[in-house]
Amino acid sequence: MSLMDILLILVPSTLLWATPLIFTALGGNFSERSGVVNIGLEGLMVIGAFAAIVFNLTFVDALGASTPWVSLLVAMAVGALLSVLHAVASISFRADQVVSGVAINLLAIGAALFLVKLIYGKGQTDIIQRGFSKVDIPILGDIPVIGPIFFQNTYYTSYLAILVAILAWFVMYKTPFGLRLRSVGEHPMAADTMGINVIKMRYIGVIISGGLAGIGGGVYAQAISSDFGHATISGQGFMALAALIFGKWHPLGAMGAAIFFGFAQSLSIIGNSLPFLENIPSVYLAIAPYVLTILALTGFIGRAEAPKALSQPYIKGSR
Amino acid sequence: MKKRKFGLAMSLVLAAGTILGACGGGGNEEEQGGTAGEGGNKEDAFTVAMVTDVGGVDDKSFNQSAWEGLKAYGEEKGLSKGKDGFDYMQSQSDADYATNLNTLTRQDFDLIFGIGYLMEPAIGEIAGQQTDQNFAIVDAVVEQDNVASIMFKEQEAAFLAGVTAGLATETNKIGFLGGMAIPVIERFEAGFRAGVESVNPDADVQIQYAEAFDKAEAGKAIASKMYSSGVDVIFHAAGGTGNGLFTEARDLKKKDPERKVWAIGVDSDQTAEGVVTIDGTDHNVIITSALKRVDNAVKDLSLQAADGNFPGGEVTTYGLTEDGVGLAPINEELENKAEIEAKVEEYKEKIKNGEITVPGSYAELKTFSAQ
Repeated sequence: MSLMDILLILVPSTLLWATPLIFTALGGNFSERSGVVNIGLEGLMVIGAFAAIVFNLTFVDALGASTPWVSLLVAMAVGALLSVLHAVASISFRADQVVSGVAINLLAIGAALFLVKLIYGKGQTDIIQRGFSKVDIPILGDIPVIGPIFFQNTYYTSYLAILVAILAWFVMYKTPFGLRLRSVGEHPMAADTMGINVIKMRYIGVIISGGLAGIGGGVYAQAISSDFGHATISGQGFMALAALIFGKWHPLGAMGAAIFFGFAQSLSIIGNSLPFLENIPSVYLAIAPYVLTILALTGFIGRAEAPKALSQPYIKGSR
Repeated sequence: MKKRKFGLAMSLVLAAGTILGACGGGGNEEEQGGTAGEGGNKEDAFTVAMVTDVGGVDDKSFNQSAWEGLKAYGEEKGLSKGKDGFDYMQSQSDADYATNLNTLTRQDFDLIFGIGYLMEPAIGEIAGQQTDQNFAIVDAVVEQDNVASIMFKEQEAAFLAGVTAGLATETNKIGFLGGMAIPVIERFEAGFRAGVESVNPDADVQIQYAEAFDKAEAGKAIASKMYSSGVDVIFHAAGGTGNGLFTEARDLKKKDPERKVWAIGVDSDQTAEGVVTIDGTDHNVIITSALKRVDNAVKDLSLQAADGNFPGGEVTTYGLTEDGVGLAPINEELENKAEIEAKVEEYKEKIKNGEITVPGSYAELKTFSAQ
């Protein structure tokens, strides 16, 4: 295999892998920057995947080519709706945020499977006919060398994810809203003193996270699995959480970490066709992504600083 | 402070509800079992029941297939679903296996099936305690006198899939996507490679394991790699990971309808997963599926046991001869469908009459190749 052949496989599959993780990690970013731990990302992805598939199957005849995109919006709305539950429990009622997040995970998979059974009378849905499929992006795909590697056989959603990551960085670091969001996660009392509504900001943070995680689930279901069943989302939410921490709670960092995960996974798959890796037993390649992650976390990035008020409910007037 | 306590209480209630909910279900069923046992007015009918693994009875895979086998048995014997005929219990998690087996034992079923190798320890434990009760396990071996073990010659189904792939390929490059390198999948791989070799010795078979049965993205990435390196037929034995293969094949077909991309399914007839609609016409990327007829095996064993020939302590292996494995119909879109069907029939006969012994391990594959 020439270098070109390797890149032609490696880059698109890295992006494919990373896309759902990017969306979900960005979601976690908004929630955790506002001071609310969101371990429920997995559950929010599940409900997003479920909503996207059910909507897609139901409305594909009416909506035609735009179905997957509309389904994605529905997944976002449903994810945001479910995250309200997390917000109410952990912000208004000051429940333990981890417990509430775990409850979301259990609730989401249970409810989704129950509804699938109720609607379709079986344990998993049919496959969707119109998902996100591979495209060659016009004009950009024609650029020599770079075109085939980055812009052919890929998905629009991958580029959307990167754009959203940049947008999230802009919102979080360059706008007054972002400053407020971060301030309630670092020192809510100081923020409150300055007239920022801490409760409201945290609600917004959690709801945005639900929406983005819903999109993450929707993208995964419509681009990769094509149906919804009990194993559709199996751990991607937690991978996204890891990407968020790896990326030091920074949108671009989280994106980079998600792409790194994707790259490591793709490398483990293509590895046995590479001239310098072909003699390594496949089990080492399979564990490589996780080993690389641990090495990266301990060695390269240094200490990851969490938002200071993370997981602490804000009680007005207490010190 | 009050509010905070309320929040904590709510979380606790939520969590407790989930856990207790599971207990509640089990408890009720046990009570039912008790009353059935006390009743003791059972007819002479030979009653059978099964415990699913976590897949559930509609998993489109072997739990569903096993349940269909039980239903077929019930139909043949004129039984109805319930305590006096045939029944099933679903397991939500690994922890339910032993409980479910006990519950069914108390309901006095004559034969109880455990479906799937995951249930091996539970069957071993309960069969050791309930020595008067007959059990059977699918896809694993439990060496006890009151347990019948059902195994399959997956290699024979995979061999036929290999024959199909070997004849269907135009590029002479074929892929095999495995879930995990466990003995069952090794049987699939060995059989498949032997099948390809028999009809098309020049074909190159690329083997890759995803190291997971539930990672569709890994399946998709592997399929993408194989197809782009010129492979045109991929056979998967990887459960949910195989969904990624089908998605990739459909994607490629949609993008370029002229391109030959084929996939072969596993366990049950997966034709429905391969439908692609291009400009209003339906295409299908699935050539065929290597079938594992758990239904036939479950039905057959139940009938044997009902006749008083319960093969306790033995391993019953179901292959082509016993209709325990097979091949689904070949896709109409294949140009050389007739040729493939003829060859498949030819090899089916050769396997049935013992002319060919399909290798079930890497070691056997080596000696097979040498011949």
